[in-house]
Amino acid sequence: MTKLLKTPINAAHLQAGAKMVDFGGWEMPLHYGSQVEEHHTIRNHAGMFDVSHMVVSDLIGTGAADYLSKLLANDIARINNSNALIGKALYSCMLNEEGGVIDDLIVYWMGGDRYRIVTNAATRENDLSWMNSVLEGFDATLTEQSKVAMVAVQGPEARELVIAWGADKLGAEVGKDIKSLERFFATEYDGWFIGRTGYTGEDGFEVMMVEDKATLFWEEMLIAGVKPCGLGARDTLRLEAGMMLYGSDLDAVTTPLESALSWSVGLDPAERRFIGRELLDEQKERGVNRKLVGVLLDGRGVMRDHQKLFFGGEQVGEITSGGFSPTLNRTIALARIRADVTENCEVEMRGKMVPVIIQRPLFVRNGQPI
Amino acid sequence: MSEIPATLKYSNSHEWIQLSDDIATIGITDHAQALLGDIVFIELPEVGEHISEDGECGVVESVKAASDLFAPIGGEVVEVNENLGDAPEQVNETPYEAWILKIKIDNASDIDNLLDATQYQAVVDAE
Repeated sequence: MTKLLKTPINAAHLQAGAKMVDFGGWEMPLHYGSQVEEHHTIRNHAGMFDVSHMVVSDLIGTGAADYLSKLLANDIARINNSNALIGKALYSCMLNEEGGVIDDLIVYWMGGDRYRIVTNAATRENDLSWMNSVLEGFDATLTEQSKVAMVAVQGPEARELVIAWGADKLGAEVGKDIKSLERFFATEYDGWFIGRTGYTGEDGFEVMMVEDKATLFWEEMLIAGVKPCGLGARDTLRLEAGMMLYGSDLDAVTTPLESALSWSVGLDPAERRFIGRELLDEQKERGVNRKLVGVLLDGRGVMRDHQKLFFGGEQVGEITSGGFSPTLNRTIALARIRADVTENCEVEMRGKMVPVIIQRPLFVRNGQPI
Repeated sequence: MSEIPATLKYSNSHEWIQLSDDIATIGITDHAQALLGDIVFIELPEVGEHISEDGECGVVESVKAASDLFAPIGGEVVEVNENLGDAPEQVNETPYEAWILKIKIDNASDIDNLLDATQYQAVVDAE
């Protein structure tokens, strides 16, 4: 067995009695007792995740914007064309030549020709080798920041607590700066990077820092009343919020248009020849064969990944992410099904066919069921 | 370390059994609930149903997985814990109080097949 990697906050998790699991080669907290309670904490108060396993890379150079324009399905020009947008974040997929998703990511424009990119941990090697191979010929450098740790502080009370922390520890001006951040914007201060982004459907911040400051930040947040939460709650929160998980809902043989991510694909202007564009143009023209939907089941039981969906006795797709929704107190799922299926289906659960409701892939946003 | 009360009997499939005359009260052990994680639904058998030893007598569904509940002893279901319908988390919180079903035992001699706390501890340690 290979030795698991540890984040700088690992000891604090063990001390708090976390149940640790192997996640993409990292020893990460699954929960600290009850993942359902942690879920409710973030929907109703404030909780935090150690997400230091995620991959942070900085891109700089006069060719950076052109590079991102080729690398990303979303159009970097949406966020880098005015000084008012400095710090703005963009969600995008990066695609292979066949239009399949290599990974989904967040890129922040930090002004000038500086960008920060956050990609998934489980896909690290493949992502970095792809990003570096595309970089050839562009006047820009991409540097992985392996000494950067990240803590996501999320929930309706998270914003106030992080603003108060910033004012107290980094100074009144920084506190004001954090307070003035609009959603999906980030700011930097002396090695701290604070983005009003997240993966829960709640307000909050993702805070990046040099690794030797991570445990102190974690402890200061604990004292402020922020509860530690594990990957279990992170998964049910993102599922309720209809956010995709790479490897489950997204993969290298499925395009963003087949994944309810058309909004994150910039097909205009037609001159922007990003990688994977050909198939997307073709799909836009002809329509897609498969689509990603939300699935609701009104009753007991929990839908699980890979359970099959049927319509009129015929299999039309399968669950890509299934689970229990603590907010709705019932099971919910994301599924990929035949694009022509618009009516309700049946899911095969433990040998039984159970009727389910097909809806758009969004269940909860800002604490409220949708 | 999970709790294993000395006063109860146990099965290899992680049920606990409390015996009172010919009635067996059955739940799942502390070790089992910790492995499952948060329990979100419990499917109970019908009262009056007859279940043979090692037969399925319900489903415990957690955030992680669905897991069959097996009768550690054969008999007729005489009572089920309806409170668990609205509050399945009781099984996580107090596994030895949150009983799941009660069975009227067919053969008293089957009790001899059950494990005591020391034997069950060995089962847990071997995992």
